[in-house]
Amino acid sequence: MSVFPYLIVVWILAVGLYGIVTSHHLIHQIMCLIVVQSSTYVLLLAVGYRRGAAAPYFFDIPVHTPAVDPVVQALALTDVVVEAAVTALLLAFAIQAQKRFGTLDPHELVQFKG
Amino acid sequence: MSDVTRRWVFFAAIAGFAAFYLWGLTGLPGFGNYPGPYGLIINKIAVEETKATGVVSAVNFEYRGFDTVGEEFILFMAATGVSVVLRHLRGERERPGLEQGLGADEPATSDAVRQAALVFVGPVLLVGWWLASHAQTSPSGGFQGGVVLATAFIMIYLSGGLLTFRRISPIDLTDAVEAAGAGGFAAVGMAALFMSLPYLYNYLPLGIKPGAVSSSGTIALISFFVGVEVAAAFVLIVGEMLEQTLLRQGEPAREDTR
Repeated sequence: MSVFPYLIVVWILAVGLYGIVTSHHLIHQIMCLIVVQSSTYVLLLAVGYRRGAAAPYFFDIPVHTPAVDPVVQALALTDVVVEAAVTALLLAFAIQAQKRFGTLDPHELVQFKG
Repeated sequence: MSDVTRRWVFFAAIAGFAAFYLWGLTGLPGFGNYPGPYGLIINKIAVEETKATGVVSAVNFEYRGFDTVGEEFILFMAATGVSVVLRHLRGERERPGLEQGLGADEPATSDAVRQAALVFVGPVLLVGWWLASHAQTSPSGGFQGGVVLATAFIMIYLSGGLLTFRRISPIDLTDAVEAAGAGGFAAVGMAALFMSLPYLYNYLPLGIKPGAVSSSGTIALISFFVGVEVAAAFVLIVGEMLEQTLLRQGEPAREDTR
C-alpha cells in the first residue's frame, strides 16, 4: 500500500492536535506539540524514500549505489533541532506561568493578563 | 468554550483537513517512488565534490550551509530565551543551599543512580566527541554529537548533584563556549569572503581519500563548531531548568502582571 506512511503522518498529526485542543495542563500540551511535530519527521523521511535504496552514506558501499534522498534527511535533522529549541522555550514559559499564577491549566490561565 | 464544544469544533476541522489531505495524496507519486532530481544529483556528485562520504552532512554543512547557520542561531536564541524567561523575578529568593555549597534541599538520589551515571560519563563524552568529529564519514555530525556531549553533563548532575554540575559548567564559561561555537561557524563562512570567495565556500584542502577524518575541508570544521555550540546550548538550558528547583517562590509578583 503505497500511501500507508502518509496516512500514518496524518494520524500522528491529528492525535497530537486532539491532545493540544483538549489538554488541561501546559506540560501535557507541550508534549502534544512534540507529537504534532514528529509527524513532520515521518512525512519528510517518507517523501525521500526510494524502494530498495541504501542510506546516503558511501563509506563502505560503492559511490553509485542507489540511495535515498539526503536533502530531506538533512531537513529532518533541522526539524529535530528546532523542536528541541521550541520545547525548551515553551517549558521555560510554563515554569513562569506556574510561578506567577499558580496554575498550569490553560483554561484557568486565560483569565489572567500579563 | 466548553470542553464538549471544543471537541466538536476540532472534529469538524480535522474532518475537513483529512478530506483535503486524502485528496492531495491521490496526486503523490506514492511511497518508495522518489521522483525528485535533487537528492539523486547530490548523491551522484557529493562524494566526488566534497570528499565526504556522509552525504547528509555534506548537505547540511556545504550545500545548505547557509540554512544551517540560521538553524544554529535558532538554537542559540532558544538558549538565550530560556535564560531571559527564567531570570530571577522580583520577590524570588534563592534557597541558601547553592551559595553555601550545601545543596541540602535537593532530593536524595539513590547510590545506584549515582554510580551508574558516573560510570557512563566517560564513554558518553567519548561517543559525543566521536560523533561531532566524524560528520564527514558516517551518520553523525555536530548536532547529534553536541546533544550526546551535553548528556555527559546531565550524567554528572545525576551523580554529583547541581553543585558539581555548576562547578564543572560555570554559566560564564558555558556562555563563552556557546558563543565561540556559534561564532566559529559564522567566522568560517566569513573567512571565505576575505579570500574573495562566496560565503561558506569550502576553501580548505579536501583531502584525497573520501571519508577520512581529515577529508572534506570546512564540513568537518563547521560540524565541530556546531557540536561545541549545541553541547553548550543544551548544558545552559538544562542548567537553567535545574536551577529553578533551587529557587524559592517568594510572594507572587502581582505588580508585574499589570
